[in-house]
Amino acid sequence: MGKIIVVTSGKGGVGKTTSSASLATGLARRGFQVAVLDFDVGLRNLDLIMGCERRVVYDFVNVIQGDATLHQALIRDKRVENLYILPASQTKDKEALRIDGVEKVLLELSERFDYVICDSPAGIEHGALAAMYFADEAVVVTNPEVSSVRDSDRVLGLLQSKTKKAKEGQNIKEHLLLTRYDPERVSRGEMLSVGDVEEILAIPLLGVVPESKAVLSASNAGEPVILDETSDAGQAYTDAVLRLLGEDVPHRFLAPVKKGFFARIFGG
Amino acid sequence: MGIFSYFRSKKNTAEVAKNRLQIIVAHERAQAGGYDFLPQLRHELLQVVQKYVHVELENIRIDVNRDGDCEVLEFNVLLPDKITK
Repeated sequence: MGKIIVVTSGKGGVGKTTSSASLATGLARRGFQVAVLDFDVGLRNLDLIMGCERRVVYDFVNVIQGDATLHQALIRDKRVENLYILPASQTKDKEALRIDGVEKVLLELSERFDYVICDSPAGIEHGALAAMYFADEAVVVTNPEVSSVRDSDRVLGLLQSKTKKAKEGQNIKEHLLLTRYDPERVSRGEMLSVGDVEEILAIPLLGVVPESKAVLSASNAGEPVILDETSDAGQAYTDAVLRLLGEDVPHRFLAPVKKGFFARIFGG
Repeated sequence: MGIFSYFRSKKNTAEVAKNRLQIIVAHERAQAGGYDFLPQLRHELLQVVQKYVHVELENIRIDVNRDGDCEVLEFNVLLPDKITK
């Protein structure tokens, strides 16, 4: 049985889809069979971030309603072997993600894949609850910013009360993924530090992804940023994947990049 | 960042953010463990109390406290300084 991992946050725009795409791609590159699912019915975007938007024929809701088989709906990634994408429906209601239908799909996927990554929609409504309900582990994507941290705490509360594991008296393994981190601003006291966020949310840190121009470039091109191996964000995701697999990798990109003499005097 | 920003006064807003978050998160965690009916109960309690004394809603506090296995539902009604009928 494969592991089901939900990527969630509560707040929108913090990097759930970017993180889902990169974590899924990273796991597949390590040789695992991986499926990544978009739960954001009506606002699908994982297909764009993964660069397969023109190959979508069937979607998640089609599979749940029996209009297509999983085999027909899964899109095989062209860059990385063993990586498949299941897009969300763009036209159906959010309620179309019936819990029993989601369970059936996830059960079938977890028999075939080592990892099933569920990209949650923002909010704490039906779609977000459906994405987290069957999860074994959760990656909580957070920005070092008050509203994001507060929403993450709220989502942690839901993970501990509204999921199948919670109802069976078990715990979901939680991971904190801090994204859009700017060490320079942290050092000036303008941004919550990784230590601050860890202290408030009190869950283990999976990784810190620095604010990076590479993320936008990657989404422009439809390539998960983890494939940009020269970028800081790409490397940070690669480290996070290793930690997800249980490896002990030291955290990078936590300190400001040292500037030269002239940059310090004249700004830059 | 450069020679000019050096003279700008710096406020540590991150620290402010952290303090605010710690308070609100602790508050919301305490509430999340409670029951859905508490706001309704609070309103009905207000109506009952107002039959006798005029108090505002903000002067009625309901807390659920956990003490080991035991849960305590606690009402606090702050009466006005002088009860005028």
